[in-house]
Amino acid sequence: MSLALPVRKYDAIVVGAGGSGMRASLELARAGLKTAVLTKVFPTRSHTVAAQGGIAAPLANSTEDNWHWHMYDTVKGSDYLGDQDAIEYMCRRANEVVVELEHMGMPFDRLENGKIYQRPFGGHTQDYGSAKMAMRACAAADRTGHAMLHTLYQQNLRANTQFLVEWMALDLIRDPQDGAVVGVTALEMETGEVSILQAKAVLFATGGAGRIYAASTNAFINTGDGLGIAARAGVPLQDMEFWQFHPTGVYGAGVLITEGVRGEGGYLINKDGERFMERYAPNAKDLASRDVVSRAMTTEIKEGRGCGPEADHVLLKLDHLGPEVINQRLPGIREIAIKFANADPVREPVPVVPTVHYQMGGIPTNYLGRVVVHEGSNHESIVPGFYAAGECACVSVHGANRLGTNSLLDLLVFGKASGEQVVKDLQTSPKPHRNLPKDAGEQTRARLARLEAAGSGERVADVFAELRRTMQAHCGVFRFPDDLAKGVERMKAVAERAARVYIQDKARTFNTARVEALELDNLVETAMSTIVSAEARKESRGAQARADFPERDDKNWMKHTLWYKEGNRLAYKPVQLKPFTVEAFEPKARTY
Amino acid sequence: MDAAADSRSKEMRLRWKCRRGLLELDLVLETYLQRTRYDGELVELLDLPDNEIWDFVSGRRDDYEQRFAGIVARLRAT
Ligand SMILES: Cc1cc2nc3c(=O)[nH]c(=O)nc-3n(C[C@H](O)[C@H](O)[C@H](O)COP(=O)(O)OP(=O)(O)OC[C@H]3O[C@@H](n4cnc5c(N)ncnc54)[C@H](O)[C@@H]3O)c2cc1C
Repeated sequence: MSLALPVRKYDAIVVGAGGSGMRASLELARAGLKTAVLTKVFPTRSHTVAAQGGIAAPLANSTEDNWHWHMYDTVKGSDYLGDQDAIEYMCRRANEVVVELEHMGMPFDRLENGKIYQRPFGGHTQDYGSAKMAMRACAAADRTGHAMLHTLYQQNLRANTQFLVEWMALDLIRDPQDGAVVGVTALEMETGEVSILQAKAVLFATGGAGRIYAASTNAFINTGDGLGIAARAGVPLQDMEFWQFHPTGVYGAGVLITEGVRGEGGYLINKDGERFMERYAPNAKDLASRDVVSRAMTTEIKEGRGCGPEADHVLLKLDHLGPEVINQRLPGIREIAIKFANADPVREPVPVVPTVHYQMGGIPTNYLGRVVVHEGSNHESIVPGFYAAGECACVSVHGANRLGTNSLLDLLVFGKASGEQVVKDLQTSPKPHRNLPKDAGEQTRARLARLEAAGSGERVADVFAELRRTMQAHCGVFRFPDDLAKGVERMKAVAERAARVYIQDKARTFNTARVEALELDNLVETAMSTIVSAEARKESRGAQARADFPERDDKNWMKHTLWYKEGNRLAYKPVQLKPFTVEAFEPKARTY
Repeated sequence: MDAAADSRSKEMRLRWKCRRGLLELDLVLETYLQRTRYDGELVELLDLPDNEIWDFVSGRRDDYEQRFAGIVARLRAT
């Protein structure tokens, strides 16, 4: 391919049309910037649609509450790895963004007095971690994410945002002078044509990458494209060792079974029928926090008390609740269990395993959504023209562990903040587009040309399956030193195989095999950054639980990991422990 | 476009339309597509929001339009 790629010019490009991308694009379109939003799938089909639980905001509609308490919970939940400036910023803007969403038409559940109804959620407390729960989660029935996406989509249509649907971003284009981002290459699936989208600002909102694990609650589109693209362009990935596991994903399928089941009295048993959580958490039992339950389940399986022919899962028992409770108070659960576990929970227990759910790490940004890298002694050197928000970004508000309902809040606050920052950057000192570098698009052309030319090699599906198996076996809930070291080697072999994949279908138009091959490159970067970062961090903190270093080590490890693709190397930067206006929360043991 | 290329393109388009926001649907549709290359009714069903499709497929709701009766039954049997 020697022909130059066609170029389209915009003021700003947003990659991703989930909650964060559409919240950001709304700011851009309303400010009158010529904006394009790229998305692999139709906007309202983004993975945000799956969110059920709610959005955190200290509105204090049902219980006393304020942003200080919310901030404390978030800092503690992060196991003190979260940046306290960003956390303060998020909690202080929470009420504003949720009320704004209400005014846009979001159908929140309501109290009799008309205010937004709020429910309790794990880890959200009153009065700095007291035993009293804060009612802080705002929801729209069990369809919060769906309602949020539809609301934001309608607002964007009104603001004349231009959506490029079924367009896949492939690589970043950076100015070699100072590393500024000046555009992306992208594939229009319908035609198979690759273009350069040139812009003064590029904002990534590509979501999570949970598909790197064999057991995942994430939909198939969550392949970590933004992470792979950034890493290939020399941007480090931050804190990738931290992945949240949800205790109850359906064995073999991943589909999430809500905590509500255990809230209603369901409990976990091992192959002997023992209610094992009584041993691990005598008080909270099956309702202990996600990481505690996931670790207990994994220990049972490791010690040979797992169920099934492979002894590789445990069972969630709820038949004792009776069909009425199951049907009425746990809508949808029976259908999921029957469909994906072939078990009717009214009669028999449901096989479950800890299942990867959420990525705390990502592209490093500051609280204004600007991508920052580490340069010499400056940990916060700004990459001009590059912004990120949502699950693909690491602000970092979630640190080593995210609290439920804080992710949707993150999308709204930092989607908005990053959009505002782009507008400010483009409008306070208006400049023409920079020239594209001479080799713009070359990286993409080379990737596509290799796929085009290869007549034999590895199958995408085989390499992907091996990648997921490797991550599951070597970098799961519990991390063992030998496993991790072997896992890094196994991942290197996966990466080598991925470089040799070929596709049989060479058609130009709507070639899903090509798309999947391109996604595989992003999965490889995400998985590699995860396992290398996990192997190096010699402590247990939040979602990283090491058998050989079971304690948190603030003296040596209260720092953010940065993984660079080049050289597969790591660097570290300090955690921002100083909030803007309040006293810092000093690290304490994280007990609930 | 010749007929073979045309039907390939339709199949591929459907395949991509089956990439959804809900994992539940990804899984059901993946299995369904292993046996069926193309299904015009499915193409139309996939224009509905994810949660609505899942409600129909899982049997939580039965108030789908008559034109979807066939495909909903086929997906329920998947
Ligand atoms: C089952 C489930 C339930 C959850 N429940 C809750 C909850 O109750 N509360 C809560 O706070 N959090 C919840 N979470 C987490 C939360 O839903 C996600 O973190 C959040 O929705 C991610 O939003 P996002 O905007 O970052 O990305 P997404 O919504 O995943 O959107 C990503 C977008 O990027 C696009 N994209 C990706 N790659 C490319 C590319 N290469 N080119 C073009 N476009 C691309 C996609 O098409 C999509 O539009 C839940 C998660 C799961 C899995």
